[in-house]
Formats: sequence, structure tokens, C-alpha cells
Amino acid sequence: IPPDSLPGVSLPSLGGSLTKLAYYSTVQHKVARVRSFDHSGKDIDNEPLYEISVQEEITARLHFIKFENTYIETCLDFIKDHLVNTETKVIKATGGGAYKFKDLIEKKLGLKVDKEDVMTCLIKGCNFVLRNIPHEVFAYQKDSDTEFRFQTNHPNIFPYLLVNIGSGVSIVKVESEDKFEWIGGSSIGGGTFWGLGALLTKTKKFDELLQLASKGQHTNVDMLVKDVYGGAYQTLGLSGNLIASSFGKSTTADKEFSKEDMAKSLLHMISNDIGQLACLHAKLHNLDKIYFGGFFIRGHPVTMRTITYSINFFSKGEVQALFLRHEGYLGAIGAFLKGAEQDNPNQYSWGENYAGSSGLMSTSPDVSPLQRTRSGTFDMLEMDRLERPLVNLPLLKDPSTYIPDTVDLTDDAMARKYWLTCFEEALDGVAKRAAASQPDSVDAQERAEKFRQKYWNKLQTLRQQPFAYGTLTVRSLLDTREHCLNEFSFPDPYSKVKQKENGIALKCFQSVIESLDSLDWEERQFALVKGLLAGNVFDWGAKAVSDVLESEPQFGFEEAKSKLQGKGRSLLEGPPHKCALIFADNSGIDIILGVFPFVRELLSRGTEVILACNSGPALNDVTYSESLIVTERIAAMDPVIHSALRDEKLLLVQTGSSSPCLDLRYVGKAPLCGLCASAAGWSEVWLWSVAVLWPCSGHAVAALTALCCSRLDQGLAVLVRERQTDLVVIEGMGRAIHTNYYAVLRCESLKLAVIKNSWLADRLGGKIFSVIFKYEVPCK
Amino acid sequence: MRASPCSTLICLQIRNFTKIQDPVFQRNFVFPWFGLDIGGTLVKLVYFEPKDITAEEEEEEVENLKSIRKYLTSNVAYGSTGIRDVHLELRDLTLCGRKGNLHFIRFPTHDMPAFIQMGSEKHFSSLHTTLCATGGGAYKFEQDFRTMGDLELCKLDELDCLIKGVLYIDSVGFNGHSECYYFENPTDAERCQKLPFNLENPYPLLLVNIGSGVSILAVYSKDNYKRVTGTSLGGGTFFGLCCLLTGCSTFEEALEMASHGDSTKVDKLVRDIYGGDYERFGLPGWAVASSFGNMMSKEKRESVSKEDLARATLITITNNIGSIARMCALNENINRVVFVGNFLRINTISMRLLAYALDYWSKGQLKALFLEHEGYFGAVGALLGLLDSA
Repeated sequence: IPPDSLPGVSLPSLGGSLTKLAYYSTVQHKVARVRSFDHSGKDIDNEPLYEISVQEEITARLHFIKFENTYIETCLDFIKDHLVNTETKVIKATGGGAYKFKDLIEKKLGLKVDKEDVMTCLIKGCNFVLRNIPHEVFAYQKDSDTEFRFQTNHPNIFPYLLVNIGSGVSIVKVESEDKFEWIGGSSIGGGTFWGLGALLTKTKKFDELLQLASKGQHTNVDMLVKDVYGGAYQTLGLSGNLIASSFGKSTTADKEFSKEDMAKSLLHMISNDIGQLACLHAKLHNLDKIYFGGFFIRGHPVTMRTITYSINFFSKGEVQALFLRHEGYLGAIGAFLKGAEQDNPNQYSWGENYAGSSGLMSTSPDVSPLQRTRSGTFDMLEMDRLERPLVNLPLLKDPSTYIPDTVDLTDDAMARKYWLTCFEEALDGVAKRAAASQPDSVDAQERAEKFRQKYWNKLQTLRQQPFAYGTLTVRSLLDTREHCLNEFSFPDPYSKVKQKENGIALKCFQSVIESLDSLDWEERQFALVKGLLAGNVFDWGAKAVSDVLESEPQFGFEEAKSKLQGKGRSLLEGPPHKCALIFADNSGIDIILGVFPFVRELLSRGTEVILACNSGPALNDVTYSESLIVTERIAAMDPVIHSALRDEKLLLVQTGSSSPCLDLRYVGKAPLCGLCASAAGWSEVWLWSVAVLWPCSGHAVAALTALCCSRLDQGLAVLVRERQTDLVVIEGMGRAIHTNYYAVLRCESLKLAVIKNSWLADRLGGKIFSVIFKYEVPCK
Repeated sequence: MRASPCSTLICLQIRNFTKIQDPVFQRNFVFPWFGLDIGGTLVKLVYFEPKDITAEEEEEEVENLKSIRKYLTSNVAYGSTGIRDVHLELRDLTLCGRKGNLHFIRFPTHDMPAFIQMGSEKHFSSLHTTLCATGGGAYKFEQDFRTMGDLELCKLDELDCLIKGVLYIDSVGFNGHSECYYFENPTDAERCQKLPFNLENPYPLLLVNIGSGVSILAVYSKDNYKRVTGTSLGGGTFFGLCCLLTGCSTFEEALEMASHGDSTKVDKLVRDIYGGDYERFGLPGWAVASSFGNMMSKEKRESVSKEDLARATLITITNNIGSIARMCALNENINRVVFVGNFLRINTISMRLLAYALDYWSKGQLKALFLEHEGYFGAVGALLGLLDSA
């Protein structure tokens, strides 16, 4: 448990046997800032381009932890120790235990316990995770290659059926954010499995009972159709292996039955019963999505399997049994949201912090038997707050079918192996660079080592359980690394590299422009595209490149151009576009000598340009604030850029992301804040990390900010619509290959990248430094 | 709904055996008349005892047949496990033109081999009759009947038989009384009473047959029905769990224990969790929130009696059946639910609970009905299957 402060309300949700505590804290962490120097009258050539500083920033984080009820006092001690805000008078509690432990809590904490309705909280929590966490939902398939089939978030999450299997079973139909109805329930639930199981097998613990069950043969205890019929009941098409009567064979006093067999029979009996009732309710209400939750399910493959089987059987495949990665926290999340209601939680979005969250199966005794016995807490989730709600990029053709990631590593074992190894091999280098990025810090080495260890452990977890954090993708691997770096106060390990490269590239800008201008139109078009691609070679994230860059510091733009395999082609034929939206990739040569000449050409043709850069740092990707400075410098040298900025033909926006990849699903709806929201960035909520939010006061790029200020109230989505964006350029491996390779947009799009990874090049049928140049025109 | 090719077949067989001319066929339909329903736990046998045997007939009657009749009608128990439910006997019934009494006999399915053996010893096969049987055992024991008993079973579908049996018995009544009944004021323990119900216009009805397992049928007319669903949590589950939990060895014993137990010590009620009613969802405090939920706690496990456990098992299974039946009734838009099956034999607790639960949770929309001959309808249907073909 991180030693965080607890300034807000803290809200335990007390379930039957586990106490879930949700608390809100502000987390202090370091963020890297860049600030433009005042260069008036100074020799620009010998000064660094801008100042880098690391500052403390405070962001909001939601923590969810679990305690066994027996640890309730420890839990309360924990709350008490962390309850620093004396203004807190009320603690929100839900679950049956809220009634049971009310007095204890009030006495111990001196706070008034506000009991919140269990189901209201559960559903609030459920809506919350369904909306905010991609890959929250999965179907379970035991006998397929990937047990966990993660579902793409559908923009419309309603209506659905929520079947909560705690001690008993509650079946709730949820129709909208505020409208839900308890439509039924059953007393045969987790408590029945546990209680009856304990009586039958003398095994006390729920997990142990499940383990027994997974080893048993129910056919020794159950009467099957074939025991009655001798085979199948053919007239009804009932297979001989179906259970005709649960425990039908134990109707004798003189036979012993094994614990395992009885536990298994009990498990089948209860799962089938719940599945059947759920299907009957789903049918009555005409619903085809059923989410299962409660401690009976809670990531246990055994019960997910039997429930899935039951739903398939009773619905004849028409209804799908779905599970939630974070279902154990729903009540606590809901209770928290209830408490935060005056805060209007809908104005925020939240993202899972991979560094602080344990994975899906971490509670399973099979996977980590030690983890449970070690302490009262054994599973946690952390979510970071993003200050604004998110919407889809309006240019996506079909947001409901859009999947950002190109390869699903949960599915593709070979690719998974490769990438995990790739990230493992790169890890030492990343750790070294992180340490080197803070030469003045005494504990940088130590923190870098901690980072290395943490990320290494995450990678090992993912090797064992690729499904631990939802669908495993190159993007999630990259993001997890960023989260871990942030966790150990390495907000921007590449800041100095970027600073230097930006400085060097700026010096070449004018000569590159001059040489481009000397070419005739056709040659120039090719040169521009080639420049775009060559610039994209400069990617510290790619091991092949960082090796070259480390060993050949003189490696430049021309050398990069010569390394390129194949040719680009021009897309600037035909009438000019109205507005182009460009997602930039790397700092330095990439943005300055690759992207900007291209931007300039577009501007000269009368095309407006929206240049979107990451809000927070990731590798050597150019950040929004860096792009402001760089643009300012270029504008000082280049009249085309200068006037475009002045006339608002060139707009700089932030993506809201701190990932080298890009998820077009979540785009900021409203501006971030007064000053810096030059145009309400977009954001992908789950990639959002602690360093994403740039403070309003941080920027000192007055000129540019002023230019952008007229757009304050407009969201990027609005901007894109308003400017009638008809061309989207997505640059870089992370944004155009690992993600969005298959994205279909409603306007013309260009995805370009240089393949800086020989394995991937091989897979795509090319060589290293091959070029991906994917130009798509939507069919009318 | 389902044509029974078997009945026509058996008819031909009987004609061949008896070589009887059509006009007098019915009077001379070969005896004995049996209907057999071989379930997972119990075998149900109905036997028609002709009371209008003429002296002439009596003389012609083979010794075997006579001895079978005597054996069945003069005893109320057969071996250590066979029992004749004398109180269910239907007297002065006219069936296929013959007058007689219908007897209801049951024995455990695991004694089936002994039964076949007995049939073989009594040279049943020499009677040149064919035995009509339904239930899973008709399939399972077919080969045994053939090899051990030299008997060819005529297998009839159990659901066809069940419905046929229900409709028939209800139509003839129970010795002048109503076969069908319900509980008035099921929600009031004091005023609750059993009252006859007129099932003259039975359709549509939901038929819930609770044997070892449970089958639920929606019946729209005498030959239009469908199996809606079923559950494996049935009488066998109650009895099986009771054996494991209490060490009892008979269904009667299990029920007796249950009648003296207190399930609220075993189950976690809504009020145990919420301190009272759960108003948000309109759940009363007395409702069971988690069956056996209190047994998660070691202390409580040690403080409950076998009787409490038996009671809780009974309540759990019964409530669950009620719940599934109610959902099916809603889905099928049927408001009369008829519960049959041997789980309900001498089981007033379950019947009242079903009546109560259906009434309470449907806010009076659904009515639970019961039939006096509980588990014998399949066997009756099998007997009718034999005679129908004539």
C-alpha cells in the first residue's frame, strides 16, 4: 500500500467475507516541464533550446484494496492512520457488513457511517468500469487457446443483466445510468457452496473448496441421464452425460463419497442453477448480455467455466456469459462515486494504473499461494483521474467496431513471446537511461533498479498470465512501462535527449527547407514523403535504432534517408485538403525536419493543419509543450509557419495521451483547463498516466498559447468537425502499426512508419527499415 | 404432439398374441394390465385388478395370472421395499370396458433386477403379454427384461405418459373426490387449508414433475405440449444431500427429520444481513438470502442439528423449484402450475411452501395446484398407452 494521504472521503464496501476499501488520495509525483528561455539578445546557438525542470505535481488517484473481514480492525487502523483530512465527517459504507460493522467503524474512526445501498453501489461501480476500462469485459472459454476473450467496449453499455453471486444471488436489470431494477434472485449462491461444502467436506475455506471441486468427479455423486436411461434421452435430445439429479447417487447411507467428488457435484449444482435462472430472466426481459460478479466468480476459472457452460446450455448459445476484470471492486467503486457525487464524477475519466494494480488472477490460490497468506490485502487496483470526459474521434468510421491494437498478443503466442522477450532485452537499457536522465539525483540508480525490478515482474506475470490486464498488446506493454517509470519518479527519461535533438534539428531546418524549395514540384513531393519517413527512423523506442544512435552519434537525416528501404509516394496530388490532422511521433529530426516541411507544404497548398502531440512524455516522442517551443522557433525562421500560426491555420493540440501508441476511441470532449488547453486534447483514458495532466500555469509559451486561446472552449472533437478535417496522418510505429493499422476512418488517411524492428519487418514481409505507407481513401 | 409409434406396434403384437376378434376385443384384452414407470430412484407400477371376472373367465384364467393378482391385491408390501399405496387405490373404475380397481405400487429402482427376476420366476412371459413401460429405466433395463425375463418391453415416452396420466386421473376423479387441490391462504399458517380445485378446463397449464430431477412442461392441449426446461435439483438432491448430511437412509426418515428442524439456523436470511427487510428491493427480512449461508461459520456449523440441516435442505430445494417454475410460468405466460412427482409424497412442508412462494412472489398471479396421485401419472400413462392402442 503506497503511503498516500487520504484527504477525501474513504469508503469501505463490506461484503460477506471481504472488505473492500476504496479511497481517494492525491499523489505527489514528479513531472517534467519544459520552459522556453527568454532569448532576446542572446546567442541562441550556444544555449540549450529550452529549460527542463522536474516539478512536483499532485494528481488524484483512486485506490481499491481488499481485506478479509477478519482483518477489519487492521483495515480500520489503516484508514485511521491515513485519514489526514480532519474535515472528513462521514464514511460511506455498503454491503451487508456496513450494518454489521457500523458501530465498530464509528467508534474506531470517530466518523459517521453513511450506509449506501449495496446494489446501487454495485451498479454504479459496474457502469463505471464498463465505461472507463477497456478490456474490462471478457468471456471465458476453457478449452480454447485463450481462456479469456476480452470484449471491445461498446459505446452503448445498456441494457444489461447483472448477476451478482455473493452469499446469495441477485439478478438486476440495468437500463441506464440511474435506472435499474432488481428482477430476481436466488438463495442458492456462493454461501450455499461454501456453507454446504464445509458441511460435506469439512473443508473450511472457500478457495480450498474450489480446489477440491476442480479435482473431483461429479459423476460419482450425481445421477446422470445415462444412469437413468442407460444412454441419452433421445426424444428430447438430452445427452447421457447431463445431470438428471444432483447428488442423486448419494441417496444411500452405506457408501462413502470423496470430498473432491462432492465438492465438484455441489459446484455444478449451484453453477447450473444460477445459469438457468439467469437465462430465464434474460429471456423474460429480452437481454443477451449477462455480467457475472460476486465472490463466487471473482476470477476463479472453475466457477467461470461452469457458469459459462450453464449459460450456453440453457440459452442454447443465445446469451453470453460475461465477466469483469474488476468486479470485486464494483461495490467499493460505487460507494466511492456515491460519496463523490457532489463532485460530479461524470466530468472525469479514469484510467487503470498498471503499475499499481495487480492482475486478474492474482487472487487465485493456484497462481500465487503466497500472496494471500502474506497479509490481509492481496489484490489491488489503482485508477488515475483524468480531468475531463472523453468521446470518440468523430472521424472514426465505426467506433463500436474500432479496435486500436493491431495484434492481440493474448491470442498470438508467437508474437507474444517475441515482444515479451523484446521488452525484457530492452529493459536494462531503459533502466540505465532512466538513471542517466537524472544525474543530479542521489537515488536515481536505486529507483532505476526498483523500476527495472517492477517492470521485470510485470513482464514475468504477463508471460504466465497474458490476460492479467486485459488483452495484451504492444501498446499495453509500452504503457505499463511508462506507468512503472512514473511510479519511480522518472517522468521523462528522454527529456535531455529530446532537448539536444530538437536543438540540432532546428539548426538544419532552414537548409532542409531551402533544398526542398529548390526542387521541382514532383521531386519535392517525393522528397517530403521521404523526409517524413526518414525522420521517423529516429526512434529511441526501437532497439535497432537506439543501438545505432548510441554507437553513431553523428547519424543524421541524410544517413537515415539512405537507410530507408523502398520508396514513398506522394499523396498531395489532386485538389488540396481542407484540413489535415497530423499525429506526430518523435522529437528532433522527426518532427522538425520530417513533419514540419510536410506541414509547410500542406499550408502552402491552403490546407489547414492540426498538429497533435502527446500530452505527456513517452520515450522520445515529442510532447505537446515541446511542440509549442519547437513551433515557436520554426515560426521565427519561417514566414509560412509564422503566418499560419497567426491566422490559426496551424493549430497545435495535445492528444491527452502519454503513450507511444494511440487509441482513437477516447477523445477529450471539453478543454482541459484555461491556459494550456490550446485545443482540448484528446485522450485515451487507459493510457492516461499520472504525468498526463499538464498544469495550467506550467507553460510559458505565451505567444503560442495566445494564438490558441481563441479555441479555448472548443474540444478537439469539435475542432476536427469545425475545420472539416479531411485528411488524417498518423505517424510512427506505435501509432500507425502497433495501433490503428486497421483503423477505418471516414476521411482520407495516411499511416506511415518505418519498421525499426526486424522481427516485425519479417512478419510484414519486408526488411528492417522498410517503409509502411498506407494511404486509404474511404469508399463512398 | 408426439405420435407414439410404439402404441400401434404393441397393438399389433397383442392382436397376434390373443387372436381376438374385433367386436369382443375389449372384453378379452389380455390380462394382466400393468403400467410401469421406471424412474431414477423409484419404480412406479399401476395394476388394474378386474373385478368383473365372470365364472367362465375365472375358469379359463391361467394359474400364473391368478397368483399375480392375488399376490398384488392381498399384500400391501412386497419384499422389504415394495409398497402398495392403498390410500390411493381407485375403486370401481371402468377401463376399456372392464370394471375394476387401480392399484398403485412403488419400489426402489435399485431393486429392479429382483423385480425382473421375480417376473421370470413367475413365468410372466408365458402370459403372452407385453409390458408397457416408461421412464428412463424402460431404456436402461430393456435388455435385462429381454434376457432375464424373456419379456419384450414396450417403451413409451415419459412425458407423453405423464400428461396422459394426469389428464386421465383428473377426469375420473379420486373415488368421488377431486384429484386436484390447492392451498387456500398459503401465506397464513393458521388459516391455510387444502381445498379441491376443478381442473375441468386445464389448458394452458405448467406441469412440474418433481422426481429425482425436475421436468417442467407447458401443456396447451392434450397432445400439444413442450418441455420448457428441467433442473437437476430435485427430490434426489434433497434425499441425497440429507443422506450425506444426516446419515438418514430413507426418504421418509429425511422428511421426518425435516419436520422437526429449523432451517433459519442454517440459512442466512435477509434480516441476518440487513437487520430487517431490504426495502430497496422489497425483500422481506424472513426471505432466505443464502441457503446454508450460516454454515460458512464454524461456530454455527457446530450448533445446528441434523433436523435443522434436513429442514434447510428441503426448503432450499423446494424454494428453488418454486422459483424456476415461477420464471417458466412468466416466460410461457401461464398462471396455473401443477406440481406432481414423488418428491411431494407425504411432503406437506414442500407443498405448502410451493403454494406460498408462488403466491407471494407473483403477488397472487400464480396458483400452485397439486394432485393426489403425485408420482404415479407416468405409470398410469403407460397403462393407458397399452389400452389406447385398442
